[in-house]
Amino acid sequence: MHMSDAFLSPAVGGAMLAASGGVASVAARRLRRRPDEGRVALMGVLGAFVFAAQMVNFAIPGTGSSGHLAGGLLLAILLGPHAAFLTMASVLAVQAFVFADGGLLALGCNLFNMGFCACYVAYPLACRPLVGREASARRLALGAVAGSVLALQLGALGVVVETALSGASALPLRSFALLLLPVHLAIGIAEGLVTGAVVLFLRRTRPELLAGGAPAAPGRRSLRPVLVGAALAAALVGGVVSWFASARPDGLEWSLARVGAAPPAVDRLHRLLEGLQAATALLPGYAFRGDAAPAGAAPWPAPSAGTTASGIAGALLTLGLAVAVGAALRLARRADRSPRTPAGPP
Amino acid sequence: MAGLESALAHLGSIEALAARATPVHRLDPRAKLLTTGAFLATVVSFGPRQVIPLLPLALYPVALGALGDVPARPVLARLALASPFVLLVAIWNPLLDRAPALAIGGLVVSGGWLSFASILLRFCLTLGAALVLVAVTGFDATCAALGRLGAPRILVEQLLLLHRYLFVLVDEAARLLRAHALRAPEARRPGLRVAGSMLGQLLLRTLARAQRIHRAMLCRGFDGVLRRRGALRLRAVDLAFTGGWCAFFALARAVDLPRLLGGLALGAGR
Amino acid sequence: MSHHLVSAADLRFAYPDGTEALRGVSFVIHHGESVGLVGANGAGKSTLLLHLAGALLPTSGQVRVGDWPVTASTLPQIRRSLGLVFQDADDQLFMPTVGDDVAFGPLNLGLPPAEVDRCVAAALERVGAAHLRDRPSHRLSGGEKRLAAIAAVLSSSPDILVMDEPSANLDPAARRRILSLLRSFEHTKIVASHDLDLVLDVCARTIVLHEGRVAADGPSAEILADARLLEPVRLEPPLRLQACPRCGGAAR
Ligand SMILES: Nc1ncnc2c1ncn2[C@@H]1O[C@H](COP(=O)(O)OP(=O)(O)O)[C@@H](O)[C@H]1O
Ligand SMILES: [Mg+2]
Repeated sequence: MHMSDAFLSPAVGGAMLAASGGVASVAARRLRRRPDEGRVALMGVLGAFVFAAQMVNFAIPGTGSSGHLAGGLLLAILLGPHAAFLTMASVLAVQAFVFADGGLLALGCNLFNMGFCACYVAYPLACRPLVGREASARRLALGAVAGSVLALQLGALGVVVETALSGASALPLRSFALLLLPVHLAIGIAEGLVTGAVVLFLRRTRPELLAGGAPAAPGRRSLRPVLVGAALAAALVGGVVSWFASARPDGLEWSLARVGAAPPAVDRLHRLLEGLQAATALLPGYAFRGDAAPAGAAPWPAPSAGTTASGIAGALLTLGLAVAVGAALRLARRADRSPRTPAGPP
Repeated sequence: MAGLESALAHLGSIEALAARATPVHRLDPRAKLLTTGAFLATVVSFGPRQVIPLLPLALYPVALGALGDVPARPVLARLALASPFVLLVAIWNPLLDRAPALAIGGLVVSGGWLSFASILLRFCLTLGAALVLVAVTGFDATCAALGRLGAPRILVEQLLLLHRYLFVLVDEAARLLRAHALRAPEARRPGLRVAGSMLGQLLLRTLARAQRIHRAMLCRGFDGVLRRRGALRLRAVDLAFTGGWCAFFALARAVDLPRLLGGLALGAGR
Repeated sequence: MSHHLVSAADLRFAYPDGTEALRGVSFVIHHGESVGLVGANGAGKSTLLLHLAGALLPTSGQVRVGDWPVTASTLPQIRRSLGLVFQDADDQLFMPTVGDDVAFGPLNLGLPPAEVDRCVAAALERVGAAHLRDRPSHRLSGGEKRLAAIAAVLSSSPDILVMDEPSANLDPAARRRILSLLRSFEHTKIVASHDLDLVLDVCARTIVLHEGRVAADGPSAEILADARLLEPVRLEPPLRLQACPRCGGAAR
């Protein structure tokens, strides 16, 4: 599932962009050490394969619904984690730049959720130990399902955490997670089954491909620093989130707090955040659960007829202006263009 | 299946747009990419309940689209297509956050509705700007810009090849599906087992193709680096474009322009 | 003259899955010759051409191109003098635009930018596709793709032009265009095809390949008219060399 720009704060988006970019450059450096041997062509075409594979919608047994291959785990099995991560990066970048799926700022988040979790966490932890060369068909399917489920659960958790950290949704962390995780459990099982089916097919028809894709021994050793880094990052994020979550009363309590007075802990958190925000000016204004916020900091001070009227009038004027500027520019372009013949291919 | 095919049709129309030659198309892709990045950062840096102060920022996608001859309809259609997930997440805000935050005449608006509106507006602005960026830049130039801005070389090569073979492989998948549909008319979709071998087939063809492409590269002297012609050149107009828009973004971020405007208008009317 | 000579000596090759595609192929092709390589599907034509370009290396036997034996260490020289046009143009046009693809070879030769631009323009002009330069490859028609692929090989000015099924999947007009292009190329050319009419038009000499071996080698006019030779290798003489079924008289 794609994270959208609309839910992101610049701090979260920027941090994730930096983190994913860092992983990508490490992966690129790792790959450069080995000779090409057709890898550039293989990765590029497999990226296109991931798109094409999404057209093959299949029926999920016993449910009546349908699923399709997301591809991260299959790529990791075929290419090894580094090349798979970079291929996922190009898939997601094409989705962002060409199909405008997910958004440019959210690219870092999406790459982390769908690339990193699948290639560097789910594949080595859940999938590789089970999908050996001599693994039985059942074991192989189990490995694929375990890997997919883990990858998708982590990815969905990523979306939840990033949204919560950005503070765009009023939905408490726990409820949001309860909403997303079960859905992704089902998707993960379906994806795992079809990944397993494809791997089995490949092993029947071209066994040498599976052996060649991921050199086990050097891959495992070189993976360790990446995994340790990821674990540290996860611990850090987890710590921050749990601090958030425990300080922020959830669901019911929260709506109650709205009616009465805010619990003192929340109040303190607000002060802290507002201080932080004033200092960095990067985190958006957390006048969010606004009753306790001091008037100066809130973007919308206590509702008063005068300011509201000027705000609404200004909004209408701004919109009108934007439309007028657009129309004027368009007219100017047309006038500019008309003497010449239109350029471009037929 | 229809989803991706319509997305590809959309891609075709976007590419046709990117092949035009307007002054905006001629700008250096790095300038457009960086300016759009600054725009996105500005949009998302506003508070979760801020709606009206965001409005002036709409000028950027609107102006860029108008100068680049980008028709509004496909952009709006794409926005509508992508909106369900955003709505799904945003709709909880008005349900959970009911404290009054604003009164317009007799109508009291809760904080939840404000943040709901804010998310939708951000969504329109960010996605709209991204779509317009693609339509006035093109994928190819975007890749060149990414490479020059420091993206790993192998990633840029990936992007170029992926984009090139997207069409070839989607065609191949479509043929497979059509063949399946013709021989199994009553099954609406292939089952798991059939899908597995269908995808396996597609994968085998993909791998064979990758090998042939690699051979074709080798035969023309490929040595591990995908070389391309033409260097990007930053001109004064590119710098002015980026500088001008960034100054505008900073102004819109610092000053609540609509309120200022509204105050002026109401003051003059009095 | 050994310059621009292409030869194979008892060439054998098996694919990794064990398929023996070439089982002892020998021939010598001299400078300026035009040779048609014919054979049924799976006869080993494509495999042989890939060996000439050094894209596959033989299990045993040897290929020589010009003054060099084809080995891993001589590949750069080989690829400078021999250009191979692949059967599927989609495999060969891997860059975003036609211009980029045509520039790919010269850039890898390390030519300066101005020279590269000149090569690109000249090659596109040669195949009559100058208008395609800035078009994305995936939006071309089959015939346009083939022209672009040929230009992409011509831009490196090879001394030997090798083509795999140049007329497959083309409409008559595009086929005619390729044909006249082939005729205008004055260096050594080797064309694999089961379009025997095309081979008859373009190539003075024909090598017949059957199950990985050379079944016949000689002047095209003789070989292609010999139905008893062609039948066992699953080929038919070109229509215009066949006896007319209506009047019983031979054509030409
Ligand atoms: N990549 C490959 N792996 C295994 N066998 C192959 C491969 N490519 C071709 N072959 C086999 O090698 C033989 C010769 O193929 P090819 O040279 O493509 O024939 P032609 O071009 O004459 O139709 C055929 O039997 C074919 O099945
Ligand atoms: Mg062939």
